[in-house]
Amino acid sequence: MAGILTYALHYEGAFNKNSLGAVGEAARLAKELGTEAHVLVLGEDVSDELAGSLGGYAAQKVFKVTGPEGLAQPVIDAMAQVMESEGHDYALFGGGLLGFEIGAGLAARLDAGVTMEVTNVSVEDGKLVAERPILGDSAISESRYKGRGIIIGRLNAFEVPQSSGDSAPVESVDVQFSPWSTKAKMVQRGEQRGADVNIEDAQILVAGGRGLGKAEGFDQLQTLAQAFGGNSAVAATRAVVDAGWYPYAGQIGQTGKTVAPKLYLAAGISGAIQHKVGMQSSENIVAINKDANAPIFEFSDLGIVGDLNKIVPKLTEAIKAKKGG
Amino acid sequence: MKICVLVKEVPDAAVTKRINPSTGRLDRSGEKNLNPYDTHAIEAAMQIKEGGAVQVDEIVAVTMGPESAVRALHKAVSLGADRSVQLTDDALAGSDVAATGYALAQVLEKESPDLVLLGQQSDDGECYTIGAIVADHLQMPSLTQVIKMDVADGSLRCERQAEYGYDTVEVELPAVISVGDAINEPRYPSLKAIMGAKKKPLDKLATGDAGIDTSKVGADGSQVRCGNFKEPPQKAAGTIIEDEDTNETVEKIVAWLDERKLI
Repeated sequence: MAGILTYALHYEGAFNKNSLGAVGEAARLAKELGTEAHVLVLGEDVSDELAGSLGGYAAQKVFKVTGPEGLAQPVIDAMAQVMESEGHDYALFGGGLLGFEIGAGLAARLDAGVTMEVTNVSVEDGKLVAERPILGDSAISESRYKGRGIIIGRLNAFEVPQSSGDSAPVESVDVQFSPWSTKAKMVQRGEQRGADVNIEDAQILVAGGRGLGKAEGFDQLQTLAQAFGGNSAVAATRAVVDAGWYPYAGQIGQTGKTVAPKLYLAAGISGAIQHKVGMQSSENIVAINKDANAPIFEFSDLGIVGDLNKIVPKLTEAIKAKKGG
Repeated sequence: MKICVLVKEVPDAAVTKRINPSTGRLDRSGEKNLNPYDTHAIEAAMQIKEGGAVQVDEIVAVTMGPESAVRALHKAVSLGADRSVQLTDDALAGSDVAATGYALAQVLEKESPDLVLLGQQSDDGECYTIGAIVADHLQMPSLTQVIKMDVADGSLRCERQAEYGYDTVEVELPAVISVGDAINEPRYPSLKAIMGAKKKPLDKLATGDAGIDTSKVGADGSQVRCGNFKEPPQKAAGTIIEDEDTNETVEKIVAWLDERKLI
């Protein structure tokens, strides 16, 4: 049969939100194509109950594979085997790092077409068409597939449906992993570097990027966030988290958090796509950056071209004065 | 140990990128440069060589691209590669990412490296995926977006940020690793290295030399057709303030925030 296979990433007994979005999207598209949406889960000890719960997102069958978690190549082996034996025409992934790696490797294995960063999928003449923004989101390109298609969504591209509470049948599959797939071994997974900060509940987020110049640059952002008072917090980009300037728990974007506060004030952030996808739904976006060509100005409501080291301290004082008065 | 570094020539960051409406492909005219992400991969190779934990016999820069892409190779050599290989053939024009990965893998197979390094993404196509494609063809373990890499005893200990925090992964060599830009600060080439770059060996290969099946590359061999380019829905342009008098700028910001009841 034809059909769509998605991969659901899970960690500590819960499925990834972007994976659930992909499952829901696959179910919607499969219905339109007159076919079925199936899901593959891979882990050391995934319970049938957890796997079956994907039926709540309208998956019609779940293939369960026992194997090492958190790495792409064992999943490529498993999905290639299931797609060959079941004859799936498409694979669909939610946004995230692992989906990119799996989807790309799967395209190589199955000699399929692959599109990444997809924001919309539609059905046309009984086939899937994927839309992907290109050239810094200044244009959209449509992908059509000659044969099999691998579609990798952008972070948060597919909305997570409410679970119906239904359960899907679970089929265990034995997979012979390729010799090279087991040559990468997880030593430690999901290490939380830095303190635990809560940015997801804040209504006002002050975020810092490489433009801060050094770790101490975050001090002035803390002071600014405090000046706003109430429900405010400080967030960061991946570049500065990787550099150890700010905790991972406060990171926005592709491999961090997705937020939508009332105000997002970005200081020294260029606005790379991987960051944008995690904060573009914010109600009001204010950006301070010394580079007038920074992509962040393309999607800011208020952009200030200037030196944040001059602006942030004065802005902090002005807000304090305003609140005091 | 032999390291191959995949590099790519991309439009310079200052060039406005656009699609050529007649071909439906990226307009690659205008000023070009070595993909900035690739300089981190070359630097990572240099640091392994200079680190002394393993003996690195050779660093080879490999690219696929038109004649002009030779400049990206010269840049790569000036940053430390010992020699370079250019896969160039009209039959490759219009290859999608999967076809490009297949073609590069054929070249790499001939080189039989112990380690293939590349940057996490290209500055133009923004695909992030070529490493995983190349790895599957080469049947090697692979990891992308690596920000720390220690080499010892035929394996690499890699760190990277994934969906749930930082992962540490042990990867046996030979392997394909794409590095994130946080892995290092690339050095600047010396004047001497820039001048000497053109004298380093450069092999030019056509598809036939690399044993590439031409039915699998080029526009016809690619499995994806891209087209119907359109403008995305545009968000209304925001207000831009050039900061000249900071007191005045701050006043404007406060008024803007106040108007929206954000203070």
